[in-house]
Amino acid sequence: MPERIKPSAADEAFRKELLSVLPHLRAFARGLSGRADFADDLVQEAAIKAWTARERYEPGTNMRAWTFAILRNHYLSELRRNKRQTDIDDGVAERMLVMDADQEGPLHLDDMETALQGLAPERREAVLLVGASGFSYEEAADIAGCPIGTMKSRVARARADLAKTLNQEPDALKAGAR
Amino acid sequence: MNQPNGRKHSGNVKGFPPDVRKSQEDGEPGWASGLRKLYNSVVDEPLPDSFQDLLKKLDDSDDA
Repeated sequence: MPERIKPSAADEAFRKELLSVLPHLRAFARGLSGRADFADDLVQEAAIKAWTARERYEPGTNMRAWTFAILRNHYLSELRRNKRQTDIDDGVAERMLVMDADQEGPLHLDDMETALQGLAPERREAVLLVGASGFSYEEAADIAGCPIGTMKSRVARARADLAKTLNQEPDALKAGAR
Repeated sequence: MNQPNGRKHSGNVKGFPPDVRKSQEDGEPGWASGLRKLYNSVVDEPLPDSFQDLLKKLDDSDDA
């Protein structure tokens, strides 16, 4: 019975959900890696992995969390494989997000980004998951494969680091961002 | 043009409200919304052309 020729409703639903999380995956990958092009490669590769592994996804659970975990693991293995630590300065210059002149508030996004990239990787990941993506501590801990208490303390440290960095003068920010 | 370039020369940029980054006592610090803004600015971007291949792959993969 050539059942699989016909796209199943489950596959169709999965595809829709996967497509809907792509923008979030891009934002997460960009935040993690600090590089727009590398991030987009990661997202595409992670999306293919997710699609290939779709049998393992339980419909009705959290597609965003599931794919974030795939993306994160892929990112870490790419880092290990390439032995390439992201080059912070190049990254920041390349992917500078241009904000409109009428942006509100005194905090410029490029400063924010520099500060973010200056965090220790596991803290950056933590604050991206909880502070930016809006995951609960529990979900974030699942994604990062760590205990919830560890996630909480990473987020707290990331927050303290960011607050400290962003309260410095711009020059000190540059020097201190590492 | 005279668009802010991200450097804060003397701390007080014309037209900007007082520095909210220091007002951590009243709830959320300024950087917290900055972080979300940064993140959301990427979420809101349209998918770049480089994603066309991926989308096509997902479309084709049913009968693969």
